[in-house]
Amino acid sequence: MRRVRQLQREPRLIQGNLAMAEGALYAGYPITLSSEIASECARILPQSGGVYLQMEDEIASLAAVVGASLAGAKAFTATSGPGFSLMQENLGMAVMGEVPCVVIDVQRSGPATGLATKPAQSDIMQVRWGRHGDQAVIALSPSSAGECFCLMVQAFNLAERFRVPVVFAAEEIVAHMRENFVSPAPGEIEVVDRKAPQGPPGRCEPFARDAGAVAPVPAFGSGFVFHVSTSMHGPDGFSNNDPAVAAWKVERLHRKLDLHRDEIVMTREFYTDDAEVLFIAFGAVTRAARAAALEARKNGVKAGLLQLITIWPFPDREIAALAEKARTVVVPEMNYAGQAALEVRRILGPEKDIRRVNKYNGRIIAPRDVLAALDFPAK
Amino acid sequence: MWCPGCGNGIVLGALLRAFEELGYENGDTVVVTGIGCWGKADDYLATCALHVTHGRALAFATGIKVYKPELNVVVLMGDGDGVTIGGNHFIHAARRNIDLTAVIVNNFNYGMTGGQVSATTGADRYTSTTPYGNPEREFDICALAGAAGANYAARETVFDGWQLQQRMKEGLTRKGFALVEAVSPCPTHFGRYNQIDGPDLLRRLREVAGDGLVCGLLIDRNAPDFNARYREVQAWAQKRNDRN
Ligand SMILES: Cc1ncc(C[n+]2csc(CCOP(=O)(O)OP(=O)(O)O)c2C)c(N)n1
Repeated sequence: MRRVRQLQREPRLIQGNLAMAEGALYAGYPITLSSEIASECARILPQSGGVYLQMEDEIASLAAVVGASLAGAKAFTATSGPGFSLMQENLGMAVMGEVPCVVIDVQRSGPATGLATKPAQSDIMQVRWGRHGDQAVIALSPSSAGECFCLMVQAFNLAERFRVPVVFAAEEIVAHMRENFVSPAPGEIEVVDRKAPQGPPGRCEPFARDAGAVAPVPAFGSGFVFHVSTSMHGPDGFSNNDPAVAAWKVERLHRKLDLHRDEIVMTREFYTDDAEVLFIAFGAVTRAARAAALEARKNGVKAGLLQLITIWPFPDREIAALAEKARTVVVPEMNYAGQAALEVRRILGPEKDIRRVNKYNGRIIAPRDVLAALDFPAK
Repeated sequence: MWCPGCGNGIVLGALLRAFEELGYENGDTVVVTGIGCWGKADDYLATCALHVTHGRALAFATGIKVYKPELNVVVLMGDGDGVTIGGNHFIHAARRNIDLTAVIVNNFNYGMTGGQVSATTGADRYTSTTPYGNPEREFDICALAGAAGANYAARETVFDGWQLQQRMKEGLTRKGFALVEAVSPCPTHFGRYNQIDGPDLLRRLREVAGDGLVCGLLIDRNAPDFNARYREVQAWAQKRNDRN
């Protein structure tokens, strides 16, 4: 399965979870909030020569995904809450080995088993920092079923382009939502494949020093001979404990994302031209914030919305640019600590009027919750 | 490199000679290694290699093998890596009968981290974390593989490198999950704690390893492997799809 599947052009009802399942090789372990992805993959992948693998746990699932990716597959897994916690170690392995893959985390209310069927956005910091060691990943957050489809293609593209795991941080609301969706025609969305080394097969350095910090990598079985390692390694993938090599490797893992930051960071603006009040939201909460902005405008408050499609790397420049014009910034999110608001505070400094809206009871944030952060009288 | 008296070098030699005899090419062979002294073997290999997290090597190898069934995929693990932290993956790889060859060096303890007790350490044996004797019992790795559904399991000691090499060739050419257990001394830790040393090393090792040390071909079956079974699934799915 190397191409986006041929899909009907008629609008059809598509569930967020099912939109994420089209077009890849899958290994996973069932868990409520992402189970539809597993059953859809089990149904459609073997039809086109792909493989659905149900592994013994989430640790093994991501391991199999990394193995399959190194053999050349576009591979992904999907999970929720407890399963995402189990995946952290091998997510670190994927970062270290620079292995393209996509991990869907349908966020649910925690901690631990928590409210197993209810949404949350409380994994934002775990997505970024959940693993030990100096590392970085890319994370995207969809706000609709249609976005699930298109952003999944983007997620694979970014993973392939930058040889990095991409976390697809959805939440129960978007995952179980059904919406009309017209599939893009084949070729309409660009599909990126990782760069392979040129020339006749032979021994190759999969971590070769490269100005863009992303080296070409072959697939196992392509004739090229190469090593990939979880341990600290030099350009050839063999163990290397030299301090200079260790520093080079850690810098490279960060630099490849820093250098290409503008290709990675995606945001969307609604009514921001004259916005004095700026809502910053991601995932399903984007929808409530957008409705709230329209409602605020009816009440004479010039409100706008910045949707964070990429949540890691955090869209700092976009936030700073829009917030400069706004007197008040509101960050609604479905967690207790204000995980995204903390980042917004870091970017805008201690003086800025930043208001948090947090819900952590398994209920969705409604437009009125967002409006409650403003001083105008609610109707 | 490894300590004086360690058997890892003999096992690695046997494996490479088996590759050579079977005509394996470096580009067609992926050796997946776990974490531990034996898990460092990838650094001495000219084949393709993937060095992964502790205990998870079989799961990584499964991903490679399902996507590229034509590759020779070999998994090197210690007893801690393979059947202690990795015990769950081990039984499921055997049950799935995925066409991998696992080579487990069983030195009855965690060598790399300082000789701690492992799931293959016998009852009453001494290790750095069982100073009064091991209150637990050991796994018989080959029996475990057999019970879980492996097509092949054999045990040999590093005192007979040639025999190990033959077992590896058998394991490598067998479809489905194959396990070669290589019993090896760890003079630095397990040997020191349990007085396994001197000219009668093998006899002492046998005594200390107890009933678990029956050598030879122990599991010998020819059940269809996972990839063969999944090809049937793909054929069914394709037929259904064509009908719709
Ligand atoms: C998740 C995790 N836990 C613990 C360790 C530390 N560790 C490294 S090697 C090892 C044990 C290795 O023992 P074994 O698999 O028997 O191999 P040997 O060193 O004896 O060859 C442990 C516990 C680790 N690397 N990762």
